[in-house]
Amino acid sequence: MSMPDKDISTRKLSYLMAIREAMQEEMRRDKNVILFGEDVERHGGGFGVSKELWEEFGDQQVRNMPISENCMAGLALGAAMTGCRPILEFMFMDFSALAIDQICNEAAKIHYMYGGQTNAPIVYRCPQGGLSYKSAGAHHSQSLEAWYVHVPGLKVVFPGTPYDAKGLLKAAICDPNPVVFIEHKALYNNEGIVPEDEYIIPLGKADVKRTGSSITVIAYGYMLQFALEAAEKLMPEGIDVEIIDPRTLNPFDEECFFESVRKTHRVVLIQEACRTGGVTAEWGMRIEEECFDWLDAPIVRVAGEDVPIPYAQSLEEKVWPNISKIIAAIKNVCYFN
Amino acid sequence: MTGQSIIPSREKQLEMLQTMLKIRHFEMAAGQLYKRGVLKGGVHACIGQEAIPVGISAHLHRDDYITSTHRGHGHHIAKGADVRRLMAELMGKETGYCKCRGGSMHVAAFDVGSLGAYPIVAAGVPIAIGAAYSIMHRGSDQVVVAYFGDGALGQGTIYEAFNLASIWRLPVIFTCENNYFAVSTKTEATVALKDIPGFAASFGIVGKRVNGQNVLDVYNAAGEAVDRARKKEGATFLFFDTYRFEGHYFGEPEIYRSREEVQKSKDELDPITLYIATLINSGMISKQAIEAMEKDCQREIDEALAFAQQSPLPNPDEYARYVYA
Repeated sequence: MSMPDKDISTRKLSYLMAIREAMQEEMRRDKNVILFGEDVERHGGGFGVSKELWEEFGDQQVRNMPISENCMAGLALGAAMTGCRPILEFMFMDFSALAIDQICNEAAKIHYMYGGQTNAPIVYRCPQGGLSYKSAGAHHSQSLEAWYVHVPGLKVVFPGTPYDAKGLLKAAICDPNPVVFIEHKALYNNEGIVPEDEYIIPLGKADVKRTGSSITVIAYGYMLQFALEAAEKLMPEGIDVEIIDPRTLNPFDEECFFESVRKTHRVVLIQEACRTGGVTAEWGMRIEEECFDWLDAPIVRVAGEDVPIPYAQSLEEKVWPNISKIIAAIKNVCYFN
Repeated sequence: MTGQSIIPSREKQLEMLQTMLKIRHFEMAAGQLYKRGVLKGGVHACIGQEAIPVGISAHLHRDDYITSTHRGHGHHIAKGADVRRLMAELMGKETGYCKCRGGSMHVAAFDVGSLGAYPIVAAGVPIAIGAAYSIMHRGSDQVVVAYFGDGALGQGTIYEAFNLASIWRLPVIFTCENNYFAVSTKTEATVALKDIPGFAASFGIVGKRVNGQNVLDVYNAAGEAVDRARKKEGATFLFFDTYRFEGHYFGEPEIYRSREEVQKSKDELDPITLYIATLINSGMISKQAIEAMEKDCQREIDEALAFAQQSPLPNPDEYARYVYA
């Protein structure tokens, strides 16, 4: 499939609609692609992403589930090993914790543990994160990508734009491995160019969202928006920021990171998730291992605080990264010497 | 056919005896390997429990599915798995079913419909539900047997799976092998259900308690259950009373039961001894024919051992193979 030029297309679609369209195209192409989840039929799932799909595909391909996340994930695995290609929607990423046995102990290991006899083509759709869904509190706002990145056998994808959401989800559905596909809840209404022509974005490929020469900023999910805004604000001060969106968090495109760092010699890594044990810690270490001699300043992270997500808005705003924290970090790294 | 006892053909009966003997000899050979230090890790033998998978598999086709447990060798042999590749898997060889990435607790034989052994207790049960869903989706007449032990009754996924199987009328046979001990803990100490098979009725699923030491009882109960599943008439819960003659795993100290209790069970509840007596009494087989059958089984297991011993170890450079498909 050729890659349509997103620069000549003018169709705008929201992140939510891009995800729906990816599912719709793949469900039309293959009747073994089945969406399972709580309230995914008429209700359209937790956020309305799958609205209208049940009307088109019926029970054969869209199935409401009881609130039994671990059983639902086990069901997806059994179906995947016997010819189906399940898409599983967890209403909130936080609820996937109930299914970690089936995701991490079983699906992730099935191809390896059974010596290649079988595989698990499953997509776990996980809406996560906080920010514009303010005051959702500790059980509906977490960013849990690092849990899944730590498990060999899983792929973890996290698009930051509608274009990437559609192309990556189609790749995830076609992938023979279990894929944790993270959707940022605060991005659902964001619009962007999504060509009408079909396209797929291969997993494991980062995208340079903005070219620049002063510093490399690696940001994903909603943090990509903050990084882009920060970059515009820093232009007048003569700081030209290069922004890389890994898009796939495992396997991640480290060569793309290294190439940029060898050019800019400075790095800021951004994650919404709490700091300790986050994916940026791994990326920072890899950059240090491979590009130490190219660095002109220490690697700096901007991350969420190591606390459960609080309810009160005054606390919540303190906990997450924001544009001013990102600008401060970038200035700090650029003026280092 | 409910309630009616079906007597299988002589050919079928002798085949069942042979498979029970094959499982017994396989497990005894594994025990010897463990004692000699050849086998590492946890090896969970099903000696004493052979009648259950044999009586069930007598009704299964090659493309019917099973999900198994940490005590899964017998499930696989009864389903028709190649004992050479199973033995090679136990012995850490590349020719094993799982190229020895799995081992005793993670055997699988997809060529005969095994979707694998899941040593995380009850994990295979929702997976079986998924395979049953897939059957429904395709519209085939396959069935799924989900094996689990009495210890699994403490896991919530069991009840989640019963719920879904009933809602969607899935072609699944929930098969609980009640050997009375979850490792060292007696079933009644941790399971509040007074009538264990009876709980299935609340889900609209037929539940039945069956003597798991009598292969003909197993055969009859499984026949009804498989028939129900093939006709899309819903799931069945078969609760088999059985007893494991070995510890939870080879080498386990067994401080929770007396030697006398184990010996009494071996004397009175050995499914193979009981079945041989039945077959001889009914004139289906002679003592000499049984001896010949035992020799055949021993030869097959000896061949499996030789095959495994001669097989290469996995190449260490391939440690990362099969992480991703």
